[in-house]
Amino acid sequence: MKNTPALLILFAAIFTNNILLSNFLGMCHFLACSRTMLTAVGLGMAMTVVTGLTTMINYAIYYGIVVPLHLEYLMFMIFIAVIAAFVQFVEMFLERFSSKLYYALGIYLPLMVVNCTIMGASLFMIYRNYTFAQTTGWGFGAGAGWMLAAVLMAALRLKAGYANPPGPFRGAGLTMTIAGLMAMTFMGFAGMVSIE
Amino acid sequence: MLFISATVTFVGLLVIFTALLIIAERFLTNYGVCKIDINAGARVLEVEGGQSLLASLIQSKVFIPSACGGHGTCGHCKVTAQSGAGPVLPTEVTYLTRKEIRTGMRLACQVKVRRDVAIKIPEDLLNVKMFSAIVKNTRDVTHDIKELRFQVQDNGGISHRPGQYVQIQAPSPEGPVFRAYSISSPTFEKNIIELNVRIVPGGIASPYLHSLKENDPVVFTGPYGEFRLNEDPAVEIICVGGGCGMAPMKNIIYSLYHTWPLRSCWLFFGCRTTRDVFYLDEYKDLANQHPDLKVVYALSDPLPKEQVWDGERGFIHLSVDKKLVPGVKRQAFLCGPPPMIDAVTQVLIEKGLSPGDIFYDKF
Repeated sequence: MKNTPALLILFAAIFTNNILLSNFLGMCHFLACSRTMLTAVGLGMAMTVVTGLTTMINYAIYYGIVVPLHLEYLMFMIFIAVIAAFVQFVEMFLERFSSKLYYALGIYLPLMVVNCTIMGASLFMIYRNYTFAQTTGWGFGAGAGWMLAAVLMAALRLKAGYANPPGPFRGAGLTMTIAGLMAMTFMGFAGMVSIE
Repeated sequence: MLFISATVTFVGLLVIFTALLIIAERFLTNYGVCKIDINAGARVLEVEGGQSLLASLIQSKVFIPSACGGHGTCGHCKVTAQSGAGPVLPTEVTYLTRKEIRTGMRLACQVKVRRDVAIKIPEDLLNVKMFSAIVKNTRDVTHDIKELRFQVQDNGGISHRPGQYVQIQAPSPEGPVFRAYSISSPTFEKNIIELNVRIVPGGIASPYLHSLKENDPVVFTGPYGEFRLNEDPAVEIICVGGGCGMAPMKNIIYSLYHTWPLRSCWLFFGCRTTRDVFYLDEYKDLANQHPDLKVVYALSDPLPKEQVWDGERGFIHLSVDKKLVPGVKRQAFLCGPPPMIDAVTQVLIEKGLSPGDIFYDKF
């Protein structure tokens, strides 16, 4: 894994190995916050920043502290603590500078602490033995990939709002079907780049 | 050894994160001192930024009505924000009409003071004060309604208009909350506040009020309410109450006959059964002194065989329809459950009242 360029990993994480549509991580926020474009873009940006920066911090803590002290079994707890602290910071930041987005995201902002995308990005970075540069590309790519999927979903749901689907498909049914079709579409890219 | 290093590492990391967050909080949530301008300079407050507008106003002794304690669930704390309040939040949208949003109306409990703010509130609210009182006496008037009389401790008492209400402070597990109750004592009793409180099992304020004993202290803010009695003695006053919506009627009627002994007034009161009837004897006494007071009580449930009842039967709006002749100049005050208010309003409009002369209190 040493030779893949970081930029390629960034690209792959967004398009070919989209963490949401190929690993199905971060589904709850994806379904809940793709109702409007504002929340999809807002949470997408927050996810990109949080995923990117927490994977970098986790990389530094993992290889700087955890591995030398042989505390690999504490990895999950430490990663969660880092993510929790970082999400707190993002919450304060958003409340100060964009209260509209802060209230629009509501409970889903603090719930980012338990978002699978963010945790998954940190764990994949360990299991795939990325270097620091690759980690940076991977972290931001995973977040941006999530954002891409959420924005596409918001656009489709906006369009579906004007459609007249048959009764059983209304609401969650249609959303899940769209998510499945999107995942199948993105599957077409699978295998183009190997980043594992 | 391994356990110690693990514990120390983990706790150390947590301490570092906490310290970083505290530092970030210092910089991110510090808004300094902000000015709140009320009614274009009528009052200017200086408050510490970062709190909700409602909390800042209450801290500076400007009492905006609020029943839920600032949780954004009652929609009472509406103020018109002229500048500095930021965009309307999703938590407020359900409580504001489109017209209100256009005029800049906001819920004071959801607006956070981050910079200088200019707001407009009804002039009356600037006169609202906090009062302390002690319980003078209590009396059960029906099986579930208690009459409480409070002796106001502040000098000069409380001056209010008939039909206004106060907000009683009641303890709750999440800190003190305020609940609105109409004043039933007449306006000329300056040192007395009387309330009719129906017990709501599982409620917050009514079990507290029902548990009060003589000489217990209570705290309330007031007076609130937009109702203004028509000062023209030729205008007939119509009071329609239902359930426990008696308090404002009692206040209006007693205050009315204190000022205008010959004024024409109708009291309609709807109950379910005879055990819900209260104050009927007092009103009969008053009607003997003032023949222009007409009192009509109606029972909506079927009457059991062994009971006698010489009043009206059926829902109260039917009695209103039956007794009132159209074409008289009138002002009406309604208090009771929403379906009753809607039905009575329709009847009164048919009788020739304009909607502007019908005041109501839905609960």
